Amino acid sequence: MTKLLELDGVSRTYSSRSGLFGAPIPVRAVDGVSLSVAPGRTLGIVGESGCGKSTTGRLALGLERPDAGSVRFAGAPMPAPGTAAWRRQRARMQLVFQDPLGALDRRLPIARQIAEPLVVHGIGNRAEREARVAALLADVGLPAELGRRHPHELSGGQRQRAVLARALATNPSLLVCDEPISALDVSIQAQVVNMLADLQAERGIALIFISHDLKVVRQVSHEVAVMYLGRVVEQGDPDEIFAEPAHPYSRALVSAVPSVGPRRIERIVLKGDPPNPADRPSGCAFHPRCPLATAQCRAESPALRPLVDGRLVACHLAATRRLVA
Amino acid sequence: MPDMSASERAAGERVAGESRPDRPLVEIRDLRVSFEGVPALRGIDFAVSPGEAVGLVGESGCGKSITWLAALGLLGPTARVSGSVRLQGEELLGAPPARLDAVRGGRIAMIFQDPATALNPVHRLGWQVEEALRLHRGLEGAAARAEALRLFERVGIPDAARRLASYPHEMSGGQNQRVMIAMALAGAPDLLIADEPTTALDATIQAQILDLLREIQAEAGMAMVLISHDLGVVADLCTRVGVMYAGRLVEMAPAAELFAEPQHPYTCGLLGALPDMSGPRRRLVAIPGSVPEPGRLPAGCAFAPRCGFATAACAAGVPELEAVGEDHHAACARLPLPDAAAA
Repeated sequence: MTKLLELDGVSRTYSSRSGLFGAPIPVRAVDGVSLSVAPGRTLGIVGESGCGKSTTGRLALGLERPDAGSVRFAGAPMPAPGTAAWRRQRARMQLVFQDPLGALDRRLPIARQIAEPLVVHGIGNRAEREARVAALLADVGLPAELGRRHPHELSGGQRQRAVLARALATNPSLLVCDEPISALDVSIQAQVVNMLADLQAERGIALIFISHDLKVVRQVSHEVAVMYLGRVVEQGDPDEIFAEPAHPYSRALVSAVPSVGPRRIERIVLKGDPPNPADRPSGCAFHPRCPLATAQCRAESPALRPLVDGRLVACHLAATRRLVA
Repeated sequence: MPDMSASERAAGERVAGESRPDRPLVEIRDLRVSFEGVPALRGIDFAVSPGEAVGLVGESGCGKSITWLAALGLLGPTARVSGSVRLQGEELLGAPPARLDAVRGGRIAMIFQDPATALNPVHRLGWQVEEALRLHRGLEGAAARAEALRLFERVGIPDAARRLASYPHEMSGGQNQRVMIAMALAGAPDLLIADEPTTALDATIQAQILDLLREIQAEAGMAMVLISHDLGVVADLCTRVGVMYAGRLVEMAPAAELFAEPQHPYTCGLLGALPDMSGPRRRLVAIPGSVPEPGRLPAGCAFAPRCGFATAACAAGVPELEAVGEDHHAACARLPLPDAAAA
């Protein structure tokens, strides 16, 4: 299958200071991540705060340049930010994030904001843009008269629909959704999840769906990557990974999902907090919290390698299949 | 009077209600709250027995937090509160401020979603816990310090002795929530209200905090009300669950029964809207529309406009909670629902 977007070994390092006069410390937010997504497919990225999932999304969109590795969109390298080629490309990829109120301009009516990308990218004349906005509102299930209202007059779910309508205005082939439903109530989350699935089926949009909510990621994704401290630790089919996680971290994460039904995996409660990316442990970054860590884990960083079922796992122990039932 | 009860409690006397399990610890009757004429809570009846863990679920604005803020006199002067909240028979609504001060943190403690804003940023954590111990248990000096250290160790703060000297900003979100739990335990409360205690935390940290809450609740024989939008979190910890919608309780049942055999269409809807973690993937059953605004409630049942079972009769009156099983109540005029609802 041809890939729409390919990240090949991308890394992004930020500089952080401890205290006002401290020496700058390099923080590897994303460290050698390779991921791809094909047209009409969804790649889910899960992990806890600081795991690099949002930075990965920004690298995918070209909002940040990787320090190492490459990003290719539709087979071509990502143009440099700010160039005309980059702007053209930006129309084909859009970002939707958690807080729809923050993403919308409080002073402008919704319809003006949905039309904005069309104006920015010089698409259509005034009448055509109006027709397009009306069609977009209908596509995301908002009544046409809501277009005249301001963001504060809409409910949270309606605002997230408006943000989606704006993201769809330029007919993008890739949407990066960073915690798109985390701020919404349960009953509204299901509406937005179903709508994303429908839009994807109708338009063949590729989605990168970044979330801490494993249940929702399983629902929407064709492939899933579990990230820990800037690296992908497990990647593959969501049904397989969530039913039988191979990496001890994925296992703990899956087992921690609170569920109303019977628990399939006994809960593993990890000790300690996720480590600070500025103070990355030696060897496998997960070893200080890993119940199975050995001397090898403390010394050597495991590479992401395929298991027999095709999924990729970065764990010395999974490689010997001791973890896979 | 409040001082006496505080010192009695310091002597280690725990939960008078334990010997009388049939008597509720807290009993709420027809609790109503409105802000400038707009109703936020529209008549809640609710009881918590000593030592039990009750969950309250519902979406934003349903009134699950307001119930307890009103009960503890924590709503501002713009709130109009009526009804009755009794703590082992003693009326709390309209009680003198000094009495409420002794109840809050002493008999009933509360923890919130965002521990960082609930802690004082300019005081060391140890000082804050010791203050709670002084106010509620009359402990001072070395005794307070020793008890603060014990509490920090109890809630699993690593390197507890050193952490007592830390400030809130030096701790992670999960550690600060542990500090909040330690402060809540400082008053040896009979009831802990945990309002979305893990919502701001990462999944693996959420699991740690839920385990901690379960342990201390069992160990202290303390009752707990867990307020959450996450049905999974509530299922994990609670034996009885209430579902709220638009300022009313719409269903109340033992947890296992509520999740296996929900009766109210809203509860059925909430469960259908949740994706599964295993089994074949199915299209989610979303509840159409959105929660009505408090000032613009429909006539009759507030859920009717979003309900697939609603008939004209549903607009006639607000349904009351009625028994639909043993210890299982639901407020719906259409019960029992036609068979299709069970799925």
